[in-house]
Amino acid sequence: MSQAIAGPLLEVERASVRFGALLALSDVSVSIERGEILAIIGPNGAGKTTLLNVISGFYHPYEGRILFEGRDRTRLSPPDVAELGIARTFQNVALFKGMSVLDNLMTGRLLKMGGHFLLDAIWWGPAKRQELANRAFVERVIDFLEIQSIRKTPAGKLPYGLQKRVELGRALAAEPKLLLLDEPMAGMNVEEKEDMSRFILDVNGEFGTTIALIEHDMGVVMDITDRVVVLDYGRKIADGPPEQVRKDPAVLDAYLGASHD
Amino acid sequence: MTADATTRAHDTFPKLARANAQRIPDRVAIREKDYGIWQATTWRDYLTQARAIALGLASLGFVRGDKVAIVGDNRPQLYWAVLATQALGGVPVPLYQDAIEKELEYIVDHAEARFAIVEDQEQVDKLLALRARCPRLETIVYDDARGLRGYSETCLMSLAELQEAGRKFEIGHPGYVDEEIAKGRGEDVAIICYTSGTTGTPKGAMLSHRNLIVTARNAAEFEGLRPDEEILSYLPMAWVGDHIFSYAQAILVGFAINCPESAATVRHDLREIGPTYFFAPPAIWESLLTTVMVRIEDCAWPKRRLVRFFLDLAQDVERSRLSGRAVSTWRRLLYPLGRLLVYGPLRDNLGMRRVRRAYTAGEAIGPEIFVFFRGLGINVKQLYGMTEASVFVTIQRDGDVRLDSVGTPIKDVELKISDEGEVLYRSPGVFQGYFKNDAATRQVMLEGGWMRSGDAGFLDAAGHLKIVDRAKDVTRLADGTIFAPKYLENKLKFSPYVKEAVCIGQSRPYVTTLVNIDLTAVGNWAERRSIAYTSYTDLSQKPEVYGLIQQEVERVNASLLDDEVLKGAQIRKFLILHKELDPDDEEITRTRKVRRGYIAQKYAALIDALYGDGDRAQVEAKVTYEDGRTGTVRADVHIREVGAVRAAR
Repeated sequence: MSQAIAGPLLEVERASVRFGALLALSDVSVSIERGEILAIIGPNGAGKTTLLNVISGFYHPYEGRILFEGRDRTRLSPPDVAELGIARTFQNVALFKGMSVLDNLMTGRLLKMGGHFLLDAIWWGPAKRQELANRAFVERVIDFLEIQSIRKTPAGKLPYGLQKRVELGRALAAEPKLLLLDEPMAGMNVEEKEDMSRFILDVNGEFGTTIALIEHDMGVVMDITDRVVVLDYGRKIADGPPEQVRKDPAVLDAYLGASHD
Repeated sequence: MTADATTRAHDTFPKLARANAQRIPDRVAIREKDYGIWQATTWRDYLTQARAIALGLASLGFVRGDKVAIVGDNRPQLYWAVLATQALGGVPVPLYQDAIEKELEYIVDHAEARFAIVEDQEQVDKLLALRARCPRLETIVYDDARGLRGYSETCLMSLAELQEAGRKFEIGHPGYVDEEIAKGRGEDVAIICYTSGTTGTPKGAMLSHRNLIVTARNAAEFEGLRPDEEILSYLPMAWVGDHIFSYAQAILVGFAINCPESAATVRHDLREIGPTYFFAPPAIWESLLTTVMVRIEDCAWPKRRLVRFFLDLAQDVERSRLSGRAVSTWRRLLYPLGRLLVYGPLRDNLGMRRVRRAYTAGEAIGPEIFVFFRGLGINVKQLYGMTEASVFVTIQRDGDVRLDSVGTPIKDVELKISDEGEVLYRSPGVFQGYFKNDAATRQVMLEGGWMRSGDAGFLDAAGHLKIVDRAKDVTRLADGTIFAPKYLENKLKFSPYVKEAVCIGQSRPYVTTLVNIDLTAVGNWAERRSIAYTSYTDLSQKPEVYGLIQQEVERVNASLLDDEVLKGAQIRKFLILHKELDPDDEEITRTRKVRRGYIAQKYAALIDALYGDGDRAQVEAKVTYEDGRTGTVRADVHIREVGAVRAAR
């Protein structure tokens, strides 16, 4: 699945994150290869979301560094990270509830919009062309996620499973190189999980987007991911293909608690 | 050229479509909403695209008479595929897109399809799975490549690849398609429509080009269809109705068809298009009515009162009109006000503002539902027809619409009633027989070309056909009282809360009913009353919901008092089913007709309980999921007794 350009898309090198006395991440190194679907798993409080936040620039590690496409990106802010081509969804859905699905998706295109506020105001010339092009892309996302029927529905009125899908859509609208999904299937029923799994596989397959996701449902992780990174107490305890990780004694210990009783 | 001369010159659909491409090349033939925009195919494009598909099929060794299975939602590409198949002298076999693998397998195998042209991954998966057992199926062509990147089966190809292969083939074979079109004859089989049928295995009705062309033209002339009609093509392509409206009549008259964006957006698309010519089975009219009723319930009370008042008025006025009674002056004065305040906006909201004629067909419609829509000023008419007749047998003529008749025969259709009371018809639309099933053909086709309709009915003095019921459905209770289940069910279904009902009573002491609640309407009703529920099953068994449905049953019982013949057949007990009747479970057909025999068998335990003493029953039913897997659902279902309503209330 990897593309022509050599080297991992993103590397986290020996990153540590500390909240006061709490060491949330300790000396964690993870590389994300181009075109893969990577799962980050681990028990509650293992540091999964912290790792995602480090990648997306919400937190900056006090030690270690982050390379994106081979260049040091350790100190970037979230907007800068977004500009690089990293988009994400959140554990608790973070949509604009009063805005329509369409408008929510259009916000995902914000970074693709330049223009001038006067031209935008009269919707003329380049401003108009640009909006049409952005809308056309958003329509492709709508078609892809099969949400045509809720285009004009306020996001807040949708059931949870659909909100999650819309949030994925907003991330996709940004045409990211790397897509970070924080528990994309939390709180979903089996059918919704199957749909979401299919969308994630299709995003990866059709757009070639690299995906890193946090997920608790082991069935999903085993089915759709290429590689699994396991965190426990802020440390990385395993890294490898799903079949291998599943049998790893350290992982079994972390989940079943044998050595932490 | 007169109509007859045109028929002779263009005796097949490919010839007609080619004529359209020359006569009106730039007019829109098909619109499809895709990526949020209505994208148009002109008549010239229609032919060009179909030609490329035909050439592609030819490059794969297609020979005249080959069958092509066509599966998917209404998509321009699939209509092109129908035309392409016919252009090569082949026979398209459209299938229900929501059919599960087992059903598809039967038809693909029985029809001996060599090719399948399908919409997307969902259909590809089903066909790949059944291919092992249908060795004749060689190639599966898909339109939407989404999700198919990992598929390596050699029998798969995309529509674009097929068309590309076709364009290459054309270099070595210029004029190939035109030669093949020229070989076509009016008596060639144009399509095989498998009827889902309320009984037994599907049968493939073969219709010739002439059957379809003559019938579609006669009906178009009867109605005065014009080239500026707009229709919404949203009913399954496998249904003969869609074939006649969206394909046959569209090509004959040259009007535009519109394919909705997805099944979930039909309502919205309907409103955007504003069709002039519209058709729906009673189930769709019922669900439209339910939507309206639910919205009215959600209004503030002054608005609700106003809307109710004018809707009642409209129905009174319409009833008087239909039965030829005079409308009182007071009502005549108020009606225009209602049109301004209620009917017009409502029609607009439903997407029916521009409808010049609409049909309800496929099954008897409840009179209340019919009156409701006509009262709004929508020219809904009953159409009586069937697959074997190329659809049209009778239509209600404009200005001569009655509640209890299905209209008069269209041109060239003859009707008579057999000694047993069954409606027989004879017309140029009468089909060529069931494919590979002469025994079944002989059962319906009588001497002299008369066809058995399977419906009991009679002709009144003015030549109107009145259908009583499915001939075998009208029966008697144990004490001899006449009982017409369909009639009762339609009355029940007028309630927005009742989605489906199955009445039982043959050789029984009294009438009972299995009810399916409408999740939208009852769910909304429950929410307004703060009744919490977790699932359909849970909601269906709430005592409050039983109370609600009981009121509806009592309303139906009361309305029976007016009918001398049927007043004895009041509903005495009912229960609410824990699950919706579903075509995947074979309880209703894909066109939403109730399969009584199967239900009687499947729910035998429940029906026994309805005639027993208990007030609850255990049900254990097999359910089939959309992918064909099965599971078992167990539920405890309540039984409610309803007191008989007497004349002196």
